[in-house]
Amino acid sequence: MTKDLETLLSGDVLGEDVELTLVELCRSCQLPAERVYELVDEGIIEPMGREPAGWRFRWTSVRRVRCALRLEHDLGVNLAGAALALDLLEELNRLRARLRHLG
Amino acid sequence: MEFKDYYQIMGVKRDATQDEIKRAYRKLARKYHPDVSKEPDAEVRFKEVGEAYEVLKDPEKRAAYDQLGANWKAGQDFRPPPDWDAGFEFHGGGFSGADASRFSDFFESLFGHGFAAGGGGHTAYHAHGEDAHAKVLIDLEDAYHGATRTLTLQHTELGADGRPQVKQRTLNARIPRGVRQGQFIRLAGQGGAGMGKGKAGDLYLEVEFRTHPFYHVEGRDVFLDLPVAPWEAALGATVKAPTPTGAVDLKIPAGSTGGRKLRLKGRGIPGATPGDFYVVLQIALPPAESAAAKTAYREMEQALKFNPRARMGG
Repeated sequence: MTKDLETLLSGDVLGEDVELTLVELCRSCQLPAERVYELVDEGIIEPMGREPAGWRFRWTSVRRVRCALRLEHDLGVNLAGAALALDLLEELNRLRARLRHLG
Repeated sequence: MEFKDYYQIMGVKRDATQDEIKRAYRKLARKYHPDVSKEPDAEVRFKEVGEAYEVLKDPEKRAAYDQLGANWKAGQDFRPPPDWDAGFEFHGGGFSGADASRFSDFFESLFGHGFAAGGGGHTAYHAHGEDAHAKVLIDLEDAYHGATRTLTLQHTELGADGRPQVKQRTLNARIPRGVRQGQFIRLAGQGGAGMGKGKAGDLYLEVEFRTHPFYHVEGRDVFLDLPVAPWEAALGATVKAPTPTGAVDLKIPAGSTGGRKLRLKGRGIPGATPGDFYVVLQIALPPAESAAAKTAYREMEQALKFNPRARMGG
């Protein structure tokens, strides 16, 4: 399935302002909606909007979901633990970036 | 093929209990998990530990591995003895859904058959091809000018024999001008192939900036720490400052202090709302190595009567 290197692929850029519906998030993360409800209940991702049908997720949710699922699968943590790890990792990355800047 | 000493990889003795092996695995998995670890070889180590655990946690596979004998050394050239697994029956039980196709040739030669079918969580039928994700590392300059990147991606595919195989493919992707850290570039139809009449999935490239020796980026804004001499800060000066689009002449106002931020509007990462470029002044002290430099410092001391700790009551 090697691609012809002469073709140059262009894509669209998805920034923080791009929003996903529940269906799109499920598709992108290969998850059933029930699992997304669990992730929302744990605060791993926060939808905007009240009802699931009207939910919108930020694009950064995809990264958080994928990381949470890897931690759950690889380390055996539950979703509450994954949520805590994610928050701490983000804080750690912020601090490391600052440290790099100061050093 | 190289022999792998799974006990050595896990850091346990050959007579370790299943509980000890589990504890060792949990500890190493946390240490080397690519999402968590800062070790440079985390990904390689994590896979190695996962493979070792896949064998040692399963009493059937462990027993089969053990009867290869304790005399093998890690890295030694290895061929499985003929009929080495005679008398062992592998049930594929306890196969954790780890991606066996990413394990080593050594693992494959011992346990490859019979395990492939059991693993994976991909039993569900998806008409739509799976979306694929990858990271793309770019330079800050690429975000200013746009660039093309050749990416080599690995993915798992079911081979003709029904066993997953790792395939590589290479593609050229355009990095559009104005992308920022953490954004995704979606390449439609470049993910996994669809089943039946389903469309292929998309490929998402997560943009990450390579650490730059001068600049650091926060969102759309780009920062530069610029060293200036004390007299440049005190008296004002025009100095050359590098920016990702080329050097600029920067006017430093008289009476500037260390840490002062000078903004170059719109010279951050380009876009509909371009970011700003900030120069943060860092006052650099000239060394006082020569006699002349020492004299100059003493004269400054006499002339200025400066107490940097005045506000501390010093």
